[in-house]
Amino acid sequence: MTDFALTRPDFDVIAGWVQPGERVLDLGCGDGSLLRRLIETRGVLGWGVEIDDAKVLAAISNGINVIQGDLEGGLKDFEDGAFQHVILSQTLQAMRHTEDIVNEMLRVGREAVVSFPNFGYWKHRQAILNGRMPVSESLPHQWYDSPNLRFFTIADFDAFCAERGIVVRERKVFDEGREIAEEHNFLGSTAVYRLGRAR
Amino acid sequence: MSNQQGIGEVRPERARFDAPLPLASGGTLPGFELVYETYGKLDAAGSNAILICHALSGHHHVAGHYADEPGNVGWWDNMIGPGKPIDTDRFFVVGVNNLGGCHGSTGPASINPATGKAWGADFPVVTVPDWVNAQARLADHLGIAQWAATVGGSLGGMQAMQWTMQFPERVRHALVIAAAPNLTAENIAFNEVARQAILTDAEYQAGRRPVTGLRLARMLGHITYLSDDQMAEKFGRKRRADAGRYGFGVEFEVESYLNYQGDKFAEWFDADTYLRMTKALDYFDPAGECGGNLQAALARARAKFLVVSFSTDWRFSPGRSREIVDALVHNGQDVAYAEIKSVHGHDSFLMQDAHYHAIMRAYLDGVSP
Repeated sequence: MTDFALTRPDFDVIAGWVQPGERVLDLGCGDGSLLRRLIETRGVLGWGVEIDDAKVLAAISNGINVIQGDLEGGLKDFEDGAFQHVILSQTLQAMRHTEDIVNEMLRVGREAVVSFPNFGYWKHRQAILNGRMPVSESLPHQWYDSPNLRFFTIADFDAFCAERGIVVRERKVFDEGREIAEEHNFLGSTAVYRLGRAR
Repeated sequence: MSNQQGIGEVRPERARFDAPLPLASGGTLPGFELVYETYGKLDAAGSNAILICHALSGHHHVAGHYADEPGNVGWWDNMIGPGKPIDTDRFFVVGVNNLGGCHGSTGPASINPATGKAWGADFPVVTVPDWVNAQARLADHLGIAQWAATVGGSLGGMQAMQWTMQFPERVRHALVIAAAPNLTAENIAFNEVARQAILTDAEYQAGRRPVTGLRLARMLGHITYLSDDQMAEKFGRKRRADAGRYGFGVEFEVESYLNYQGDKFAEWFDADTYLRMTKALDYFDPAGECGGNLQAALARARAKFLVVSFSTDWRFSPGRSREIVDALVHNGQDVAYAEIKSVHGHDSFLMQDAHYHAIMRAYLDGVSP
């Protein structure tokens, strides 16, 4: 679990976006690998939310401030602006209440950091053209056992943000661990966004 | 991991404190005694001690058994011992009977030095902060400047939390289990019915043991410590084979169970202790001293917290634990929170449950002795 998590390219990006001493909330924090790394290398104050019993246990073993809870119920227990950054790493596509959670992240955090697999990645398009649902490094599940509920592209997410007045402050896109410079929606398998509200 | 069998033979000890103890009620206790047990070894720095705080009917006998009473096993023996989640190979564990109790510490059955007779109903009402003050005297006595952790469930969790606010420098970690920042009106209401059962018992009013009142108080309490699901599973609508019909004898299994629990409790528990323990629960409200602001109350704490609740606990519901967690997060304090899926209601905190115990173990692994 830890090894997989630490190789996720979005981790480095997120580490670069947070500042020492900041309060960070990681939603769906798993075993707390990301938070641990942000605490150790960036000196943030971190809390995580996780629903799964085994992951909560793993996070406590990692010495993480994990709070067991369900993100689908929103973040009602957290106050407005309580955190500098609220992170949702590789989880948005597995949530039912997509719009609610993004709004909630921007309520309790000054900035939201969201990463997700890009369904518009060229290999995924090729799979569809060949008549099969894509299975890849960024979408590792079969259609019948996927935890993912929402399948969307970088272009879809840009439109989603634009329609809601959410400002994309930064976007980085990766494939096989390398940053992609152009044709993001075609060449990128994973996207990481830094979002805010217009000031 | 060493011996999972348990801690073996243990012995209660007694400490006498001659300095008067000022109480929240305004009164003063002129010296007092605490009965306690310890397990494991206090290290040279005196920094590996864990305090176990007991709940309403608990006491100092937390783990192990007595040489002459092998069947008298401590109430949290499944949690505490060599290789257990609260590991006595690593930690020096202290269990203490609170003031006003009926297991040997100064309480209603003790002699009031002013009269030469047992205190009885005249024993002062004591509060969670009073208990913590008394426990601090015991810590001094044992050479413990700072607890590695204070731990407790229910009313015990309130004490574990109170320690962090009352003596911030003396607690590194607090494990607050199945507790709440204060009691709800519904919860106080249950306590009041229990108290009325005792206070209106003619035996109590005549200065004798109110067996009927204690039975009723315990039966009511017991219902609230279980869950609906658990009672359905355990008893359902099952009836005793030998029971009559269309009368008022014990007929349903759940009636039989409650009567048994009531009888057993009334045999040994002190009514004046029961009244005081429920009052201590009702009065506990650290936020009250800060204009109702729990965040401000907890801001004094220097400890790190583990907060644990149980899904079917409706007397101290997960939402109440979340209030503690949210106040700590607001303050930027360290806290982990687990909501354990359990069918046992409030009593879950006493039960052997693999995941619950794994959470406790994992957290305590990170507590340096």
